[in-house]
Amino acid sequence: MASITLDHLAHAYRPDPRGPQDYQLKEINHVWRQGGAYALLGPSGCGKTTLLNIISGLVTPTTGRILFDGRDVTHLPTEARNIAQVFQFPVVYDTMTVRENLAFPLKNRHVPRADIVRRVEEIASRLDLSAVLDRKAQNLTADAKQKISLGRGLVRSDVAAILFDEPLTVIDPHLKWQLRSSLKELHRALDLTMIYVTHDQTEALTFADTVVVMHDGSVVQTGSPEELFLRPAHTFVGHFIGSPGMNVLPAEVRGRTAYIEGIAIALPSAYPALPPGARIELGVRPEFAELTRAGTGVPVKVRRIDDLGRTRIARIEIAGHAAAATVPEGLSIEGDAAGLKLEPGQIHIYADGARVAGEGGA
Amino acid sequence: MEKPINNRAWLLVAPVFLIVAFSAIVPIMTVVNYSVQDTFGNNQFFWNGLGWFQELLDPSTELGGRFFAALWRNLAFSAIILAIEVPLGILVALSMPREGWKVAATLVVMALPLLIPWNVVGTIWQVFARADIGLLGYGLNWLGIDYNYTGDTLSAWITIVVMDVWHWTSLVALLCYAGLKSIPDAYYQAARIDGASRWAIFTTIQLPKMKRVLLIAVLLRFMDSFMIYTEPFVLTGGGPGNATTFLSIDLVKLALGQFDLGKAAAMSLVYNLIVLAVCWVFYTVMTHAGQDYDGNRRPQEETPA
Repeated sequence: MASITLDHLAHAYRPDPRGPQDYQLKEINHVWRQGGAYALLGPSGCGKTTLLNIISGLVTPTTGRILFDGRDVTHLPTEARNIAQVFQFPVVYDTMTVRENLAFPLKNRHVPRADIVRRVEEIASRLDLSAVLDRKAQNLTADAKQKISLGRGLVRSDVAAILFDEPLTVIDPHLKWQLRSSLKELHRALDLTMIYVTHDQTEALTFADTVVVMHDGSVVQTGSPEELFLRPAHTFVGHFIGSPGMNVLPAEVRGRTAYIEGIAIALPSAYPALPPGARIELGVRPEFAELTRAGTGVPVKVRRIDDLGRTRIARIEIAGHAAAATVPEGLSIEGDAAGLKLEPGQIHIYADGARVAGEGGA
Repeated sequence: MEKPINNRAWLLVAPVFLIVAFSAIVPIMTVVNYSVQDTFGNNQFFWNGLGWFQELLDPSTELGGRFFAALWRNLAFSAIILAIEVPLGILVALSMPREGWKVAATLVVMALPLLIPWNVVGTIWQVFARADIGLLGYGLNWLGIDYNYTGDTLSAWITIVVMDVWHWTSLVALLCYAGLKSIPDAYYQAARIDGASRWAIFTTIQLPKMKRVLLIAVLLRFMDSFMIYTEPFVLTGGGPGNATTFLSIDLVKLALGQFDLGKAAAMSLVYNLIVLAVCWVFYTVMTHAGQDYDGNRRPQEETPA
């Protein structure tokens, strides 16, 4: 049981990093609370696996420290840290039975035999593996194998945190839900810190209490799924989370009005502190942009309407810029001209990608 | 579904059939023909039925005696070199570098013995091990060790075994190395997290993953050593006495030395059947091992993380 602190952590794979471009992982300060369920979300190559491997000790960071409950473990080897890790592809020991697989980490740590037996039975029943305990691990399905790799972490009573590196990649879609909810149950039952790396927003948002979004080697936002949705701190978060992602449109802000290619949009607050020369953008999620009849709201051009079953999403153009909006029930659009109504409280202004807080908001 | 029948398809099969007939069937049938006859020269042949085979498989006869002696000798040789080359090959593979320029350098050095013509290997060791002028032979005798592979059975065997180990361990090592390289890093990382010792990593990860290449290595090395001819022929000529006369050397002595075509034909057919039988056993074992592997395809082998 431990909280994990990342203190000015950075990592470069080349031995002599000169500038920020050489760092796969830019400086990170973060505390993973004991017992939290975290997701590390980002596209492939954003450094999330590197970060995970640094926490588990498979990679030593170039600079900075990792503390477990305040104890510096930066240079401790993996086996000396109380960490378990589940990999993208299930790792099982082919020649062993499921029981032997689960007992392996305990046997290596010279735990008394009676304790091993008890622990293995307990974890196996938690993971629904009791029925296959004496089968060869090699012949099981991918999801059972992934449970075994997880089980090898759970049997250790000293484990402080379990790290998951895209653990559902090779699992059949209909089993993903099942496995993910059993993960959540385990998390509640065992009071373990879990860090879950994924590039799938659904996985991240359903699993985690706190989602850490990474982009290009740095953390762009840390927050609850709701915060990520309602207040994306970076245009990247807006794009990456949500389906379809947030509309981001180049704009000019004057007082309480934003202008997109001359089209005025009223803002809920003023932005006097916008840095001069910065790239200013307006962001609004399609969920808060509603299509209306032509002649009302912001004039837009409708390209097509996608019926997603429960909702309809319109692909539109605002002054030539592509965007998406919801189509309210009962609205039918004739031709390609329509209007757009934006929910005022849900409009965000970004300077060079980062969200700028408004002043004097309603 | 109905199969289209077209007799012209035979035209496509015919060339293969012709080639196989002239390369395999006709020569083998010639041997079969010899094996059931006896000749006293002059191209006169007499029918002998299964006489040669009966004699060959009866250890109390002169022919059977020398056949079984050579067979046991050959099996002992194969067993010894396998017992040395397989563990040694694994050991070498484990200690080979896994990345960087050293990989290429090691691979080249390892491949060198495999590239030398067998005749030359025999000659190298023939000279190298000579007690009068060879570095090895002279050195051993200088140290006070009585070593002479042309006169002493033990010396001859040791020399042939060492020569084979020198020549072929690289092959086993390279195959094992390929097997080791195909193990994804996640396995080693998981083992570290599980606190596995170096020995546990070897027995639980590396050895199981090398099973298939090891089977191939054992098969190749067994067949090759079971059919060995050139190197011992150049090195010892089968001597001293008959101490290193393996099956193929004996066969040549019988066929070309004594010109006993009937006996030699019978012997080569039995020899051939043994080789086929061993191959079949290995093939069966290997396909079974393969089913375990492919019947339940493991994606980690396809996509390195």
